[in-house]
Amino acid sequence: MIAPPPLVAVQDLVKHFAGERGWFGLGQPRAVVRAVDGVSFEIPPAQTLGLVGESGSGKTTTGRAILRLVEPDRGRVTVDGLDVLTLGPRELRALRRRMQIVFQDPYGSLNPRMTVRQMLAEPLAIHRIATGPDAERRIAALLEEVGLDPGFGRSYPHELSGGQRQRVGIARALSVEPQFLVLDEPVSALDVSVQAQVLNLLAELQQRRRLTYLFIAHDLAVVKHIADEVAVMYLGKIVERAPALALYAAPRHPYTTSLLSAVPVPDPTAQRNRIVLSGDVPSPMHPPPGCPFHPRCPHPKKNDRCRTEPPALRAVAPGQLAACHFAEEPL
Amino acid sequence: MNIWNWVALGGAAVAALLVVAVVRRRASASASGRRFFRHPTAAPGLFVLAFFVTVAVAAPLVAPYKPYQQIDIVHLQNRSPSTRNVLGTDPFSRDVWSRLAYGARISLGIGALAMLVAVTIGGAVGATAGYFRGWMDAALMRLVDVGLAMPRIFAMLVVVALWDHIAVPVLVLLIGLTGWFATSRLVRAEVLSLRERDFVAAARALGAGPGRVIGRHVLPNAAAPIIVSAALGIGNVMLLEAGLSFLGMGVPSPAPSWGNMIADGWPKIAVAPWSATFPGLAISLVVMALNAVGDALRDALDPRKEAV
Repeated sequence: MIAPPPLVAVQDLVKHFAGERGWFGLGQPRAVVRAVDGVSFEIPPAQTLGLVGESGSGKTTTGRAILRLVEPDRGRVTVDGLDVLTLGPRELRALRRRMQIVFQDPYGSLNPRMTVRQMLAEPLAIHRIATGPDAERRIAALLEEVGLDPGFGRSYPHELSGGQRQRVGIARALSVEPQFLVLDEPVSALDVSVQAQVLNLLAELQQRRRLTYLFIAHDLAVVKHIADEVAVMYLGKIVERAPALALYAAPRHPYTTSLLSAVPVPDPTAQRNRIVLSGDVPSPMHPPPGCPFHPRCPHPKKNDRCRTEPPALRAVAPGQLAACHFAEEPL
Repeated sequence: MNIWNWVALGGAAVAALLVVAVVRRRASASASGRRFFRHPTAAPGLFVLAFFVTVAVAAPLVAPYKPYQQIDIVHLQNRSPSTRNVLGTDPFSRDVWSRLAYGARISLGIGALAMLVAVTIGGAVGATAGYFRGWMDAALMRLVDVGLAMPRIFAMLVVVALWDHIAVPVLVLLIGLTGWFATSRLVRAEVLSLRERDFVAAARALGAGPGRVIGRHVLPNAAAPIIVSAALGIGNVMLLEAGLSFLGMGVPSPAPSWGNMIADGWPKIAVAPWSATFPGLAISLVVMALNAVGDALRDALDPRKEAV
């Protein structure tokens, strides 16, 4: 069987944030933050890639750079064969109908001065999808599709609960009928019970609309049930990428192993081997030399090579990539 | 002053009271509206403003004379207040009350329009600088620094000296064009923080261009501080106009502005204090009312107090 061509392909994406320069941009630039440092992945149509990492790992910047909400410095992004990063404003605008984003913070992502109806009508007007009664019908249908009563159209964001707001955010992203959604920690700010509802909604929508997801999360538990493939990011780099089943069953990178060991198990009698990482994520302004993970790495075989030679992301099992010198001897 | 003028004046007071009552009714529906009226000076301030605006609009009804009319240049100069001339007559034998009523049009109108010019320019410049940042921000903000360092009154005196007499629309533009610097800084600061919010990113992701993002998503959320600074700024503009007019460099005589009314009455302040005092009181009253309303607005609209 030949794998379908990927809907979304990201190659060697780089985004560095330079400190602001003083004086008309003529002064010395300050230290550079390597937020995203050579990230590559592909997502086949109607599949989900889970992108997991701690705060500061560059996962959010990756998502936003793909949509050109921040302009990446280097790399290549294609969505449905179109090269996103070289498009002019007009073509980019047209492409925005195909790719959308759902944000983490359901409070900050809705304009407090607009009603739900206005928020959903705006994209329809921008892309000349529908106006007048046709737009009203579409808005009602969108609200129903995300599980909200069409009466919510008259509400302002402050009148809604967190889960309702997130549903509005999802409806807004769906309003332009995209093929590809970046879900930037869509449930992290919600109560646990609401998390499950929203995750189920996202899974349903994916089925019905054949959506392709880049699902960004900060722990592996959330993406377990929705992701087909999982990529783990650490300090701007992907350290392991594998089909979800393989990754959860046999992680090859010590960072992935420690993240997995942090996933709570709903069984108090279960034997758990928790690996607690020491220290914090190093500052992305001054990443450690060699393997970026070496200062915190619990691997027993850690040696000088780890401190000097950055490991490449390489295939260590069928479909499984890991960036560790000792990936063949996992923890 | 005939009976109809008194009726009209009473009507203006009633109308102002009605305005306050209606505004209070509608405001009580929202938390910020209730905060506004919790300010002890908010309602009186609003009343004073509504009263003078009504008088300005209804000037032909409440004023017994034309503002330029010299009633009797020989016998009726510097007359003290009486039933015929409630606020007396000025050195040119014109009815002070009539000039005060018509002068409200000019003084309030200049204040409001010049502030509108200033807020429009300041809003546009501040939004542009804050939204696009980079070299545009740097260039615009250095321009603002220069503008803020410029002594405004001297700049205006230079312009007036160049053109001798200036028309009222030019005066409005002049005050507006020299008064937007502080507003633009305020707007820029608001825009800088708002542009990082996710709903702005969402709008951009949906394909909204910079104009739509600024106009529909950024500025509406920056409206509260802009409104407050405008309300507080109108008072300053009115004082500036009064000062210029008093110096003979603002609204040209014989058109009545409260500033040049003081200038006209000034030489006879010893024998006829009313012709300079009443316009002076009117200015003070309106500026105090504007400040009271502005302060209450600030408390009411302060986003830090707004429930999320």
